[in-house]
Amino acid sequence: MKKFEKGKMVPVPSMAIIPERDMDSPPVLECIHLGIEFGGLKAVDDFNFVIGKTEIAGLIGPNGAGKTTVFNLLTKVYNPTHGSIMLDGIDTTGKTTVQVCKMGIARTFQNIRLFSNMTVEENVRVGLHNQVKYSTLSGVLRLPPYWKQEKVFHDRAMELLSIFDMQDMAGLYAGNLPYGAQRRLEIVRALATNPKLLLLDEPAAGMNPNETAELMENIVKIRDTFGIAVLLIEHDMKLVMGICEGICVLNFGKIIAKGTAEEIQSNPEVIKAYLGNNSMEG
Amino acid sequence: MSKLKKNASGFKLNHYLTYIVVTAAFLAVTFMNQGGILNKKMQGLLVPVCCYIIMALSLNLTVGIMGELSLGHAGFMSLGAFTGVVVSQSLVDTVPNEAVRLCISILFGAVIAAVAGFLIGLPVLRLRGDYLAIVTLAFGEIIMDIINCLIVGHDSKGVHIIFNFKGDKSVADLNLLEGGKAIIKGAQGAVGTKTISTFFAGFVMIMITLFIVQNFIRSRTGRAVIAIRDNRIAAESMGVNVMKYKMIAFVISTTLAGVAGVLYGLNFTGITAVKFNFNTSILVLVFVVLGGLGNMLGSIIAATVLYILPEALRQFSDYRMLIYAIVLILVMLATNNPQLKALLQKINPFNKKKEGGAVQ
Ligand SMILES: Nc1ncnc2c1ncn2[C@@H]1O[C@H](COP(=O)(O)OP(=O)(O)OP(=O)(O)O)[C@@H](O)[C@H]1O
Ligand SMILES: [Mg+2]
Repeated sequence: MKKFEKGKMVPVPSMAIIPERDMDSPPVLECIHLGIEFGGLKAVDDFNFVIGKTEIAGLIGPNGAGKTTVFNLLTKVYNPTHGSIMLDGIDTTGKTTVQVCKMGIARTFQNIRLFSNMTVEENVRVGLHNQVKYSTLSGVLRLPPYWKQEKVFHDRAMELLSIFDMQDMAGLYAGNLPYGAQRRLEIVRALATNPKLLLLDEPAAGMNPNETAELMENIVKIRDTFGIAVLLIEHDMKLVMGICEGICVLNFGKIIAKGTAEEIQSNPEVIKAYLGNNSMEG
Repeated sequence: MSKLKKNASGFKLNHYLTYIVVTAAFLAVTFMNQGGILNKKMQGLLVPVCCYIIMALSLNLTVGIMGELSLGHAGFMSLGAFTGVVVSQSLVDTVPNEAVRLCISILFGAVIAAVAGFLIGLPVLRLRGDYLAIVTLAFGEIIMDIINCLIVGHDSKGVHIIFNFKGDKSVADLNLLEGGKAIIKGAQGAVGTKTISTFFAGFVMIMITLFIVQNFIRSRTGRAVIAIRDNRIAAESMGVNVMKYKMIAFVISTTLAGVAGVLYGLNFTGITAVKFNFNTSILVLVFVVLGGLGNMLGSIIAATVLYILPEALRQFSDYRMLIYAIVLILVMLATNNPQLKALLQKINPFNKKKEGGAVQ
């Protein structure tokens, strides 16, 4: 029998905020003491964060703060060395990238990772991989399930592409698309996996102000139509402050502030971190 | 924008074009043969060419579509060939109809090659990196050594197999009953095989292979495999199980190599395991790379031209290799596509960026 001794007390994550409308549902994401070390470098340290069921949340911070690393932890590209991640109340410890995708996390990549030798539509079809199914044998022999489900693939892909008015690009090779369209296609492909939580890594990078404004509207529209939560990393402060509800600021792997847009903007720690890197652009 | 546009209908045309080209070539060669244009030597090449075309298509699935290197594909061909010979020779009396016997042999050869592919894939395909190349290379050599030690015979009681690892056994040790015969005699290979492969059978198997490979590529499973090749991390993030889909593609590939082997083994009265050595694996890889990675019609053309050419050029013995080299270069220029460059980049040991660093 293990004996428990009376000893030192430590604080547990608190001060989590979620939108009032999500109060009655369990949070879609809960990170508890999440952390990872790369050979001594604490890229993410004691990351505690909660996202409501239909919240648009923001993750900001100077370059190299560890934002993308948080995404890689959430999607199990890296395994956390500390802490745990609860997705919709279920612990994801020990799960693989594929399993957490099936559990409802989808992401886009900072450095675009499209299937560039495939067409736009085929990229979305890969996103639909676990939504629409038929056996390999049906595919090779072109049995009835093949024809039926390929039609479903096509219809669903077109429907998703219509979010960004990209239907007429369906036959183009993804690698040949203009930059902004590639970013939008990544979002569509992620949405195709039917996520509960959509992770967007710098979705507005490389976009002009018009495109960014349109993207802002579309992110809100996506949240409204699908009723999902969005966590986005972005350097464009106009976008972040414009649409994000809960915002978390990282610096050197640690959270230096959490709160609403107003609270973040007036937080002296945040201002210091950004002025130190003189990069609070946008 | 129209320059960039490569719409689905163009792709479809290419899809059917391959069947049409193969059928037309088959009919043309058949007429030429009946018209007596082909000499004995050329006639002898017909079935082997079909086998190498199937091999090239099969390897293209692994190298071009899956993006992994196999350096021992001839090993799976060898398995198919010797399985086919044993099955066919054992059934000579029970199944006198040659076409039926060929089908049964192909079935057995395919299954054995599939099992071998699965067993190799099981430990290797879960690893990241070019381990498949190393393991298949070893597999090809090991299979050659094992078959070199194999003594197989058949009599009224069934098939007898012994392994001659120490070199002290011979056909006599099989203790065959009256009327029994040896099928494989160790390093001497298969002997006295009844040749039942035909050009028509070769053509049919090419068409079936094409049908399987092309439909596979354009199915949900094939898309998953190509997605993994294009971007493994993105594919995983979309919920695509890397190990599973690589395994499916690889097993289909080895199965087809087994089929090619059966056709090949049953085309000669005698074959040895040495025939399926590293050089044969590389020869097929050359067909695939020069025909274009992922390009099935390219594989067929490259396999045909590059297999027949050295034979056809024998009369110009002095210039033979010169012409062969020029053709190699021409084919390479013609098929110099982006995927080829990507593969070369992957093979190049000095080019080890990307992998390992942070995932952005
Ligand atoms: N696989 C890895 N191995 C070693 N160090 C890593 C690895 N991945 C990330 N890091 C380090 O972790 C730190 C955080 O990197 P990360 O990519 O998360 O930053 P970021 O906040 O996304 O920055 P940016 O705004 O430039 O995208 C960096 O110092 C980086 O070098
Ligand atoms: Mg980043």
